[in-house]
Amino acid sequence: MNFIDIAVGIFVKYGLVMSFITIGAIMAVSIKLSEMTNKRIAGSAIAITIGLVLAYFGGTYAGGSHGLADIAFFSGIGVMGGKMLLNYGIVATAMGVRFEEIKKVGFAGVLSLFVGVFAAYGVGALVAYALGYHDPVEVCTIASGTTGFLIGPVVGEALGGSSAAVTIGVASGVLKAVIVMIVTPYVAKRIGLDNPQTAMVFGGILGTTSGTVAGLAATDVRLVPYGAMTATFFSGLGVLLCPSVMFLLTKMILG
Amino acid sequence: MVIFGGMILSICMFLGLFVGDLLGKAIGVKGNVGGIGFAMLLLVVVVEYLLKNDMISQKAQDGIYYWRYMYIPLVVAMACRQNVVAALKGGPVAIISGVLVVIVLFLLVPLVTRLIPKSKMESIDEEEAI
Repeated sequence: MNFIDIAVGIFVKYGLVMSFITIGAIMAVSIKLSEMTNKRIAGSAIAITIGLVLAYFGGTYAGGSHGLADIAFFSGIGVMGGKMLLNYGIVATAMGVRFEEIKKVGFAGVLSLFVGVFAAYGVGALVAYALGYHDPVEVCTIASGTTGFLIGPVVGEALGGSSAAVTIGVASGVLKAVIVMIVTPYVAKRIGLDNPQTAMVFGGILGTTSGTVAGLAATDVRLVPYGAMTATFFSGLGVLLCPSVMFLLTKMILG
Repeated sequence: MVIFGGMILSICMFLGLFVGDLLGKAIGVKGNVGGIGFAMLLLVVVVEYLLKNDMISQKAQDGIYYWRYMYIPLVVAMACRQNVVAALKGGPVAIISGVLVVIVLFLLVPLVTRLIPKSKMESIDEEEAI
């Protein structure tokens, strides 16, 4: 009898349910650590950081693209943290939101989306150019990835960018999401992120849905629905603008 | 019944995604445009209506709240399955632009927020603990 084999077998076969144990344990450890800092650092912020660190080790160990979820023992985490349930949870956060609060943001909410796409693309393009990429297609592919990791591959395919450029773009987009997850709770006060309207602008500018919703969850879970609501429009706008307007601008500037 | 809450949530998500897909097709973009955002708006409006007319039981509300409270664990699971290795492997271009872009975007938030009249912004009061 091999106890470990039996245990692993159950964890693989009942992946989703067993992932509640893993995530529950991470939450428990995080809350304890949070108490040790006198709750100066939120438990959820610690839990997300632990998750990312585990994802790094999981990715190094298994060599896949889904972090910890690529290890058979933790495969259920792939389902729990996958798009379907996560989006279900995001929609549920709208419970308790008042329609009045949403209406108040007005024009600033729409503007934030455009500001976010232009600024992120601009930074991505400048860095790519400064570090030796001068072909407009390559610059556009990298900058689109910086704008959002979902946008990069779509644009790369549309314009015929190299797979190296797609990879670099996606990497910077994922990094953007990861940094937003970790840093948001620490800068929230400084950028006035304590009300629904700022949260909506924040979601629109930062764009990355995964980064925004995790960052806001670590700051104050009540802000999540407002940020998520604008952030979910970001990728669509990016996919629309990057290969068209932004590409033409890039081409014009680079000659 | 608790399942009615889940059902309301799922119907809102379906309709939202449906509109998002249609919008994506209409503007010629691959994928879903704002589907989750539409779903959230719909949930807000639907629940407000049901509550006002006393048409939703406490159990059904609990069914929705369950997922609301599961949200942070779901985010943690999502963090666990991020491709962190690839993010760090993208070389100097990826790392520099990834870091720089976040700094620039954070700085832009207060600038855009200034466009919203002060009277319309209130910090939410401390009323519920997680």
